[in-house]
Formats: sequence, C-alpha cells, structure tokens
Amino acid sequence: MNARALLPLLFCITHSLAMAQGFAELGQTSEGYALPDPMTRFTFPNDHGSHPEFRIEWWYVTANLRDADGTDYGIQWTLFRIALSPSGEPEDQMWMGHAAVSTPTGHLFTERLARGGVGQAGVTAAPFEAFIDEWRVAGPDLATVSVTAQSHEFRYDLELSSNGPFVPQGEHGFSVKSFVGQASHYYSQPFYSVSGTLTLPEGEVHVTGRAWLDREWSSQPLAPDQTGWDWISLHLSDGEKLMVYRLRDLARGAYVVGTWIAADGLPEPLRVGSLEMTPVEWTEVAGRQLPVVWDIAHEARGIAIRAEAIYPQSWMGTGISYWEGPVRASGSHSGEGYLEMSGY
Amino acid sequence: MLLDVHGLKKGFPGSERQITVLDGVSLSLDVGEVVALTGESGSGKSTLLHIIAGLEPTDDGSVLFDGEDICVMDDGGRAALRRNSISIVFQQFNLIPSLNVRQNLVFHARLAGRAASVDLPALAMSLGLADHLEKFPEDLSGGEQQRVAIGRAVASEPKLVLADEPTGNLDEGTGQAVFDLLLSLARRTGAALLIATHSMRLAEAADRRMHLSHGKLTE
Amino acid sequence: MIGPVLTALLSHWRRRPFQLATLLLGLSLATALWSGVQAINAEARKSYAEAASILGGGGLSELVRTDGGMIPVKTYATLRRAGWLVSPLVDGWLSAEDGRIRLLGMDPFTVPQDTSIAAAVESSLYPELVGKNGVLLANPATAARLPDLEDRLRVIEDLAPNIVLADITTAQELLAMTGFNRMFLAPDQPLLRPNLASVAPELAIKPPATANDLGRLTDSFHLNLTAFGLLSFAVGLAIVHGSVGLAFEQRRPVLRTLRALGVSAHRIVLCLIFELLTLALVGGALGIIVGYVMAAALLPDVAASLRGLYGATVNDALTLSPFWWLGGVGIACIGTAVAAANGLWRIARMPPLSPARPRAWIMASNRAMRWQAGGAAICLAAALIAVTFGGGLVSGFVLVGGFITAAALFLPMVLSSLIAVAARQSRGPIGQWFWADTRQQLPGLSLALMALLLALAANVGVGTMVASFRATFSGWLDQRLVSDLYVTVEDEADIPAFMAFLEDKSDAVLPIWHVDAEVMGAPAEIYGVVDHPIYAANWPLLSSLPDTWNRIAEGTGALVNEQLARREGLSLEDRLPLPGGWTTTVVGIYSDYGNPLGQVVLPLGELTRNYPDVDRSDFGILVPEQNKEALTAALTKEFGLPKDRITDQGVIKEFSLAVFERTFAVTGALNILTLAVAGVAILTSLLTLASMRLPQLAPAWALGLTRTTLGRLELIRALVLAALTFTFALPVGLVLAWMLLAIINVEAFGWRLPMHLFPLDWAWLGALSLGAAGLASIWPAYQLARRPPADLARVFSHER
Repeated sequence: MNARALLPLLFCITHSLAMAQGFAELGQTSEGYALPDPMTRFTFPNDHGSHPEFRIEWWYVTANLRDADGTDYGIQWTLFRIALSPSGEPEDQMWMGHAAVSTPTGHLFTERLARGGVGQAGVTAAPFEAFIDEWRVAGPDLATVSVTAQSHEFRYDLELSSNGPFVPQGEHGFSVKSFVGQASHYYSQPFYSVSGTLTLPEGEVHVTGRAWLDREWSSQPLAPDQTGWDWISLHLSDGEKLMVYRLRDLARGAYVVGTWIAADGLPEPLRVGSLEMTPVEWTEVAGRQLPVVWDIAHEARGIAIRAEAIYPQSWMGTGISYWEGPVRASGSHSGEGYLEMSGY
Repeated sequence: MLLDVHGLKKGFPGSERQITVLDGVSLSLDVGEVVALTGESGSGKSTLLHIIAGLEPTDDGSVLFDGEDICVMDDGGRAALRRNSISIVFQQFNLIPSLNVRQNLVFHARLAGRAASVDLPALAMSLGLADHLEKFPEDLSGGEQQRVAIGRAVASEPKLVLADEPTGNLDEGTGQAVFDLLLSLARRTGAALLIATHSMRLAEAADRRMHLSHGKLTE
Repeated sequence: MIGPVLTALLSHWRRRPFQLATLLLGLSLATALWSGVQAINAEARKSYAEAASILGGGGLSELVRTDGGMIPVKTYATLRRAGWLVSPLVDGWLSAEDGRIRLLGMDPFTVPQDTSIAAAVESSLYPELVGKNGVLLANPATAARLPDLEDRLRVIEDLAPNIVLADITTAQELLAMTGFNRMFLAPDQPLLRPNLASVAPELAIKPPATANDLGRLTDSFHLNLTAFGLLSFAVGLAIVHGSVGLAFEQRRPVLRTLRALGVSAHRIVLCLIFELLTLALVGGALGIIVGYVMAAALLPDVAASLRGLYGATVNDALTLSPFWWLGGVGIACIGTAVAAANGLWRIARMPPLSPARPRAWIMASNRAMRWQAGGAAICLAAALIAVTFGGGLVSGFVLVGGFITAAALFLPMVLSSLIAVAARQSRGPIGQWFWADTRQQLPGLSLALMALLLALAANVGVGTMVASFRATFSGWLDQRLVSDLYVTVEDEADIPAFMAFLEDKSDAVLPIWHVDAEVMGAPAEIYGVVDHPIYAANWPLLSSLPDTWNRIAEGTGALVNEQLARREGLSLEDRLPLPGGWTTTVVGIYSDYGNPLGQVVLPLGELTRNYPDVDRSDFGILVPEQNKEALTAALTKEFGLPKDRITDQGVIKEFSLAVFERTFAVTGALNILTLAVAGVAILTSLLTLASMRLPQLAPAWALGLTRTTLGRLELIRALVLAALTFTFALPVGLVLAWMLLAIINVEAFGWRLPMHLFPLDWAWLGALSLGAAGLASIWPAYQLARRPPADLARVFSHER
C-alpha cells in the first residue's frame, strides 16, 4: 500500500504543477521550484547527480537482453526523486524505485520507496552511484556501471559499458512536452552494451544485450489537458537509435516528437508535425485496453517502423501503474527497444 | 354395521396375579343406534370405551369401526379417527379450562375441520347455554360443564359418541336432564351412542342395554 | 388443526399472566447476564486484537536491540542497503487527560502493505503525515483527550482506541527521541541478503506479538466475568426450568383432553416446541436488550480497569456484530431447550390417559435429593482432581466451579437435615406442623435456594478476595511509596544541575531510572536504586537474606518482583541472566501488586554500566512535609518544570486506589445482579407454591389457625430457609475466597495475597439475604392472609 499511498502525493504534485504552469507563462517560478531553461547546457558528471531544486527527476535504465538460446529478455531499473518541498534538503525528498524483468512469457516487477535524509536512497555524481535500499546503479562513472535490483522473486546483476557519448534530447537537452510550453531537461545514454545474470524463478540465465539510460528532470511534467504518454526507444540494426514519444492531449490531439541518433551519437530532433506514432493493435491489460503494436513514421527520414511488444502483459502494477516492456522493431529498420505507456 | 367389537380381552397386572377386566367381549352397533352399557363400578365399562376410542391398547380381539380395525392402527390413525368420527364425553367433563364456552363448544369441530358447519347459536340454545358463551369452565356448575362437553362432542358431527358415566359427577336431577339432552342430540344428529352408566333407570331410555360383569357382556 | 391446538395451549398463559411473566423474566435475565458479559468480553478482545495488530504489525516479526536500547537511524539505513526490508517504528506514550496514550510513529514509505497500520490509514492522509508539523491520527475518543494537539489531529473513525499514529519524524519530535524503538520485518524479503549478525549484530528478530500476549494477561479478568455470566445464566435457567415444567404439568389435563379429541402426541410436542420457541425468542430478545444496556453501562468501568491493571486499551463504547445478537437469541433458545427437555420428553412418552399431578411433580423429592448428592460428589471429585493433577488458571477455575456446584447440590440435603433436627427440638403442635410443612416445602424451593446459595457464596468469596486485596494493596502502597515527591526532568542535560540544586534543599534524591527490556524471554522492567537506608527501612521484602541491603549497597545482586520469581521459579541466591549477556544473583523478592510485568531492581551503578541508554528522567525526593510546597515552587521556578512533572506521593496513592476501585466495580455490580436474580427465583418459587398450597393449609386453618397466623408463618418460613442457606453459604464462600486468593490469583497475576476476614460484611450480606427472602415472601404471605375463607373451605368440598 505504500506505493498506492503515494498516488495522492504525486497527484498533489502534478496538480500544483498545473497551477505553477500558469505562473510559468509569466516567466516566474512558482513555490520556489526551478523551471527548465532552454539556455541551460549539461555539464557532466555534475548533471548525472540529482537536481533537488527541481520537483521531479529520474534515472531510467532499460535493457534488451538475450541468452545463449536467443530468448529475449528485458529489464527495467528506475529511480525517481520527488521533492516534497522546494527546500532542496535531503529530508524533503522522497525516492521511488521500480524494477522489472520481462521474458517472452512473463513479467515480474517490484517497487521500493524511501524518505530522503536517512541514507536509504540517493544519487552521487562522481563516483557515480544511484541507489535505493540494496538496488544500485554504480560505477566509477556513468559510462561504466553495475546495475542490480531484486525482489523476493527475481534479481539481476548486470555490467553496462558504453562506447558512445551522452546524447541530449530535444533542443540541446531542453525537451518540450506540450503545445503550451511544459518542458524538461533530458539526456540519454543509448550506447551501453550489457552482460550479466538474471535470477528468475526458473533459475539463473546469463544474458548479453544493449541498454539505454534516460535522465530527465523537471518541475512541470504534464499540461492539465494531457492524459498520458507513449514512449518508445529503439536500438536499430545499423547502430542508430530512435526515441519518439507521444503526449496525448484532450484538447489539441497528440503531441509527437522524437530524436534520431546517428551511430556516432549525433542527435537530430524530429519535430512536431513531421512524426507520426499510431497504435495498430490493442489488447486488454490489467482491465483496460492498451496498444501493444505501434507504427512509427517519418517521411523525410524514410522511417516506417512497426514496434511490437514481446510480452503484451508487461504491466507495472506499482503504486503509479503503467505499461513498460521490451519491443521488437521491423519495417524500414529492424531492431529492438522499449515501450512505455502511461495514463490508460 | 358401524362398530363391530369381537373377542376383546384386556387385563391389568395385579398385586398377585393378572386381573382380567375384559374376557372375550363382543358387541356391535348399527348406525344411529343408542346402546346403554351397564355394570358395577370397576366392572371395566371405562376400559371398554377407552379401547373402542383407541385410547388404550387391547390384549386380544378386534375393534372394527366402519370396517377398519382400530387395534392395528398407529397413534396417528387412532387420533384421526377420534378427531373425525368418534367423540367422547367423560365423567369429569375434561373441558379446556383456559378456553371459554364458545371456544370449547367448537373446539372438536375445529380439529375435525368442520367448524364452518356448526350452528353455534342453535347449539347453545339447545344446550341451554346461550347466556354462558363467554364464561370459562370454572365459572360453570357441573351440569353446565357437562352440557358444554356434550355440545363439543356432537358439534363435530361424529358417527359415534362414547359417553363414560356422563352423569356420574352430577346430582340426580341434573344428571337426568343431561342424559336426556345427550340422547336427544344423538338422535337428532344421527350419531350412534354407546353410553356407560351404572344407573339402570337411565339405561331404560336406550334402544338396547348390555351388562358388563366379570369381564363378560350380556344383553 | 395446528391452529386450535395452539389456541388451547397458549390460552393457558393468558389465564396465568404471572406464570408467563416469571418464565419470560427468567429467560431474559439468563440471556441478559450471559450476553452482557459476552458483549463486554467480545469488546475487550476486539480492542486487544486491534491494538495488537496496530502495535505489533498483525503477525509480523520485528527487529529489536537485544539490550533494549534505541536503534540508530544509521543502522536502519545499513539494513535497508543490505537488502533487509525493515520499517522503523517509534513507540512511546503521550500524557493526556485521563491517563496516557500510546504514540506510534511509523514510516509510510516502507510500512509493510498487509499491516493494520497500512489498512487503518487512508493513503490520502500521507502527504499531511510526512514532513515538518506532520499530522497525528487518532479515533474520535482518543483525539478528544488531546486538546493541546487539536490542530494537528486528524480523526480516523475506526482506529484502535488509545493509540495515536504519526510519521516517525513527528513521533520523534513529540517524544524527544532519536532513532527507532523497533522495526517491522516485511514478510517478503528479497532473494539475496547477508545474515543479520554481519549487518547489525546488536539486533535480534522478535517473533510476532499477538493479541494473545495481552489476552493471557487479561484472561483471568475475563474468565472472572464469564464465570459470573455463567452463574447468572444457570440461576436464570433454574427459574425457566421451574416455570416451564410447572406449566407442562398444569396443562396435563388439557393435553389429555387434546389426545382424547384426536390430536396425536407428536403433534402436541411440535406445538409445545413452537410455543417454547416463541417464548425463547421473546425472552431472548428482551434479554439481549437488557444485556446490551447492562454491558454499555459497565463497559467504561471495565475499560478503565483493564487500562489500569494491564495497560490494555479497550473501547468505551460497544460496537457489536450481528453474531452477538444472534448468539444471544441462540443462547436463550438453547437455555429453554435445556430447561424444557425433561418436560417435553415426558409428554412425548405420556400415555393418553395419564393423570395430572402438578404438586407431586414439584415435590418429587427424595430420589432427586439422592441424585443431587451423587452429582455433588462427582463435582467435588472433579474439583479435587483438578487441584491435584491440573495446573494453571483453567484447572483453578474447575476447582472453584466444582466446589461451588457441589455445595449447591448438597444444599437440599443439608437443609433437610437441619430442619429435621429443628423439628425434633420443637414442642407444641404449631411448631411441629411448621417444621413438618417446611420440610415438605423444601423440594419446591430447593432450586431457588440453590440459586441463593450460589449468589451468597460468590458474594462472600469474591467480596473477601477484593477486600483482602484492597487492604493488602493499600498497606503495600504506604510502604512502597517511600519518596515524598516524584519528579520527571524534561531534559536529561538538566540532571547534574538538578541534583546539585537539591543537594541541600532535600533529605535525599533517589533516582528512579529504568529501562524496558526482555528478561528471561518476556518483557520486563529493570530499575536501579541508590544505596539509601530508607529502602531497607521501608521496603517490605517477601523473602530476603540477612545481608540483602548490604549487597545492594555494595553494588552486587538484584531484587526481583514476585511475578518474575514465580514465573521463572527464582529463589534467593539463584543466578539471574539479564539482557546484554551478563548475570547477577537474586538477593531479594518483593511483592509488586497490579503489575503485569516482571521487574528487576539493580544497584544504580550496575544499571547505568550495563544499560547506558537508560531513561534517567525520573527521581524521587525525600523532603519534610512542611517543605514540600516550597520545594515544588522552587523546582518549577528553577527548571521550568510544569505542574504535571512533579507529583505528590499522596496523589499517586490516591490514583492507584482509584484504579483499584474501578477494577472491582464490575465485579461488585455483577455480584449484586446475581443476588437480585436469586431473589427473583425465590419470589417466583414461593408464588408458584402458594397457588398450590391451599390443600396443605386448609386443614391447619380448619383446626383453628387464623389466616393471619398462616400468613405470618409463611413469612417466617421463608426467613428461616434463607437464614439456613446463608449459614451454609458463609463457610462455602470463605473456602471460595481462599481458593481465589491462594490459587486463582497466583495463577492469574503471579502474586499471592494474605486473606483478611470482614465479619461486618457478612452481617450485611446476611441481612441482605434475609431481606431478599422476606421481600419475596411478603406478597404470597399477604395474599394468603387475605384469602377468602370460602377458598379454603372449597378445598374440602372439591376433594375427590
């Protein structure tokens, strides 16, 4: 119930954020929280650490993995920081960790919560460590990390190392989320290669694959009319990466943007209007209808990709519930990646 | 033939040996017939009546009522017979003390499911109880109580009325009146009447008289 | 056909409304007392379960420090980071109006999902709960007792009573604590985690606390109530048995007539069962209402007792489940069935023409008396077996129950013999007739007199126990409260200054420092004492060595309370293992009435050396009476101590005695109620007999006794029987008191009390029982005296 209990907490945050957004149009920060600034440029490794002056922030790792037999697996490791007040003090932060393992036939997930200021959860930039309880993403730096999480049913221990740069999303890392101006600071590390062990109820499996890290912080994640989002990241066969997301807006339709990342890490923003993200096939998950097959199209770039969930029932029944799981891509480009859907 | 009693035997355990009360008693009654049963006190008149009513078991013999043997019936069957076809008038009246005269009069008829056909005012009039309908048995004299008992017995339209010393608890005058009433009501309703009495004078009024002595019945 | 049969059967009651009233009264009294007691027990048990599941996590294991100290926040973080899913708790007491209130601080982020805390607290409250000035959660009654915290309180309707929930930070702030008292261990732990010893060797896993812990402590109390409930139920059933049986017997002519009119025996039985069921439902419903009212009236006292005696928290208000109501009606039906089974059985087997003999039915005596004596012997044997071979509280109650039942069953035989003796002594025809007639009456009254005996013996027994307890407790308080003033220092940093300040202003300062810990596997308190002659002078020890106080002065050895000594079988010079892995020697055992916990008293130096985290805020001060007020004022001025931190010895004593009185208020009330029921039983029996006694009285009247004389004799007879019963009840009650003090108390509380005798109380009780019997017989006697002579004369004319 602890996670469920936080729903109103988060609701309360997004609600007041909606109010804050009204002030934001006047160029003011409300209630003492910092707002994303398009002029900000990332400085590493400091920005790998936390930004408590912002209201919400996350460290988000997803990985597409395969064992010796070629069976597909996916893992998720997420740490959220949510400020309870704008003081920036550790005790005014709460932390939430989500972890999951997907296989072609199943999906296991778990959740941890922690208050700040007692040493139970936190992030340091250098040497890098993000942790909640015994779950960790840690290494000498964020380019080379060990990732581990567990529940009473599963566990994973993975080594990640990247051979490419950190990639700012949006315009130099300023990622606009709506027609009315909500935005976040957002960068990714899509070039990890992975090897390690999954401990599943059936036993241990050695796996290798590719991982993707998202870092994002903001004080105003959604506009009031926005009901949820759909997000896809893809590792394509030629070493290129694609990230697209679609924010569903009751009043103005979907807000779809993305980033094409060349094999050398050079990002090319795919702007609103040029990109289409269309649900193809719906299925019932946790008592609701969800699109588990998507078409992504960008004419100018020659993108016409179909992304299909490997295990359509990858539902995260955590306090804040959503769909998150590995997908397989085909069409103009083939590859693999992760799909996230919230607000259904 | 309404009632056909044949070879009835009944004894009770005595202090030294079995006391035989009925020793092969046979008798028969036609529909509507009035028969007086005389005999000394303790001669077994009551026992014979109780056996005919199914209130006591026999040692031997048969009691055919309307062709059916009462002696082989179970308790439920005998109860149904008493409820529907045979009424009893006791020496001690045996009214229900917590019910008033009106309720007592129709009580047997209600049990038999014939309450609707009881003409209560006429019955009360003929019993001379019209003014006593709301009274309780303890407020009545013995003669009045016995009249209620007789009324209760005939109101259920039985085929046979058994009367066991109905005047035994009454003084002579009252007893005569009650006896006359019983007789006239039985004749009026067409019920056969077997009346046990030790009074020869009352027995004179019956169609037939039978005498019980030393366990044997004689005309 | 059922219709007329029922009319005939039920019309009996219309003609005898008094008999109906008696039956319903018996039924509803039995049901009322039984279900009232059940309601109280159920409410208390529910409260224990609620409190235990809130405080104890509803079956979750916990981590605690083996030495009883606080767990630092750092240890918590270390455990979590090692993969131990634990959730911290801060546990303490808030002082409030009408006693203290448990404050439980919890961590909403980590509290395991299936705990009662998680269930009790709406998630929408969490944002308010966490952070500075977080809110407190309490049920309405508890919230009302904390006016100072009014603006921080949020009312949660169905939270356990006497508990306040808050975030750990808020609780730490209010209790001025750092760290955590204990931690829940989540039921699902992750796959890999190091063992506890390698992460936090100072912690240990404690198995789940359950309502049973409190249940065991309070068992004796509830068993006590249940015993009273059962007693009253039995007495009520005696009334029902009497009036149902009589009603059957009186209606035997009607039943015979019904058989003659063609109603079969089984149909009659069915109709009677229907009649009884209706009566049971009506009586049961009435009884439940009365029981509810009674329980609601007694519950606040019960709740106060349990709070005072055991620190158990119980709701003041009744919230009863439908099962309770159904249970009450059920027990009425069962009781009626038990009371009527015999009568029904006889009717089912009755030949159609059997005669009715209500008087003979009541008087069926001599054989019954022999049967009863046999039953009494069996009960006595059961009691002896229980005390010889059994052990524990239950066999203690078997002993008491067996003994008192045997006494009741013997009563008719005892009374009969006493009356026979009196008859032989009496001269004159009236005297002879009186005793002979009394003896003949006895069987008809014996059930009622047995009820009176039970009520009187219970009264003497329980009364003696309570009064003995009160006398002992009061004397013990006098001795035990050695200090004149008791002070609680707010800030432990003030202590040196505080001691220095009192150096020359008082005769002595006695620290009352203590730590709560587990001793020999059960929760206990460990206190420290300084070397001061006042202890040796004033502290009564149950057993001691010649050098007990010298050894304490030298800083060796320990005193233990009687409860701990009895529980663990400790005697002088035994080794006493203490938390933290050290042992000392028992040098004395002291009585500690009213404390459910084991207690150890160490020399102060030993206490602080072994338990540095000890709570050092309490002190006793010896000061001459005339300086008390000045010193109180000075302490307030110098250290800003509020009034409630300085307590006069007299106030503590008064409070303790008040708790004591409330504890036994319920017992007293039930005592009176049982006596009242017994009075009703006597009244109904006398009235029943009176209606059938004319044939016995008429000859005496005919021979020249006036109706007034007859009435007076009736009254005297009731008084004589009551007096004889009381005479027999007194020794029975004293034996009962001895059993309660020497067996039940030791089993239930762990202490044995000396027995004191209170003859004045007996005199009072004797007068009360005579009064009850007199009152009960006045009406029948008056009726007899006013009886028209014609009624008596009719006896002769009606005799056949």
